[in-house]
Amino acid sequence: MAVMKKKGKKEVPAISTSSLPDVIYMVLFFFMVSTSMRDQDLLVQYKLPDATEVQKLEKKSLVSYIHIGVPTLAMRAKYGTAPKIQLNDSYKTTKDILDFVAAERDQLNESDRASMTICLKADGGTKMGIVADVKQELRKANALKLSYASSKVLSY
Amino acid sequence: MPTDKRKVPEVNSSSQADIAFSLLIFFLVATTMNVDTGIVRVLPPIPDPNVKQEDIKVKERNLFLVFVSGSGNIMAQGEFIQLKQLKDKAKEFILNKYDEENLPEKKETEIAMPDGSKWVYPVSEGVISLQNTRDTGYQIYIQVQNELTRAFNEVRDEVAMAKFGKKLKDLAEEERGVITKAVPLKISEAEPRKIGK
Repeated sequence: MAVMKKKGKKEVPAISTSSLPDVIYMVLFFFMVSTSMRDQDLLVQYKLPDATEVQKLEKKSLVSYIHIGVPTLAMRAKYGTAPKIQLNDSYKTTKDILDFVAAERDQLNESDRASMTICLKADGGTKMGIVADVKQELRKANALKLSYASSKVLSY
Repeated sequence: MPTDKRKVPEVNSSSQADIAFSLLIFFLVATTMNVDTGIVRVLPPIPDPNVKQEDIKVKERNLFLVFVSGSGNIMAQGEFIQLKQLKDKAKEFILNKYDEENLPEKKETEIAMPDGSKWVYPVSEGVISLQNTRDTGYQIYIQVQNELTRAFNEVRDEVAMAKFGKKLKDLAEEERGVITKAVPLKISEAEPRKIGK
């Protein structure tokens, strides 16, 4: 039978991978555009409280962060498990907040200083005592715009 | 001539994918994706110690006292309430629909509209005072703040709906400013009470 003659293995042609780099580049550009650089290492652990009425923080360059939480596992041996305040890259106390705010404010343009925002990232389990101390220091430092960082949920 | 016909060999581009991959992985590791969200508040400035402060007297009817205890219980206007009830209580206080005696006064205020006209709206004089102890957990505090914010946002939405026929988030910047003046966010956060440890 003439039709059946071609018995030789019909190999499936290899899939061309020449467009793979293009695909990867597209993903890469997406990540470059949609993310921002990680600027500090966290020395404290926190789980932000949940809230529904959150606002986005615009203009990241105007935002300074204060982290409050339990020291990370690696740091616990040295610092224990009591909640700590982290400013920039080290543990600080409430007394250092004045200097911290002044330093952060100096980095900004004259015109932007009024709109400087402090983002307070505190663990949900923290007691209000330490938060209130921080708030009081911020008032003293005249950094009055404060955002209590919380993760957005649709409802409790 | 055979030398003329020799073609330049094509550059092998199979490693381009690897280069792209390594760039991608670098960006995955070195960047963060999360957008910071939070409840925004403006702290009251520290009063000038050289200027004698007069005690601002707030009438009792204009004050809505919320107290969060160390164990996470919520008291509003002297009553023990659940978190879910708080929003409606606060809304009732801010709105005072039927001009009741024990709910806050309203003051007719002229607000400049973006088109240049004036709009007279009875702005509530009420202040919500939020108190807590040093023992209060941050989570419950944020939840209470959240409920109060929600109360204000819903009132603003209602006012925006009545005035402009749109929700607050759909309004233009100037119109939003008008609504913010009509329903100011008045939450006073006292320093925590020293109760307990």
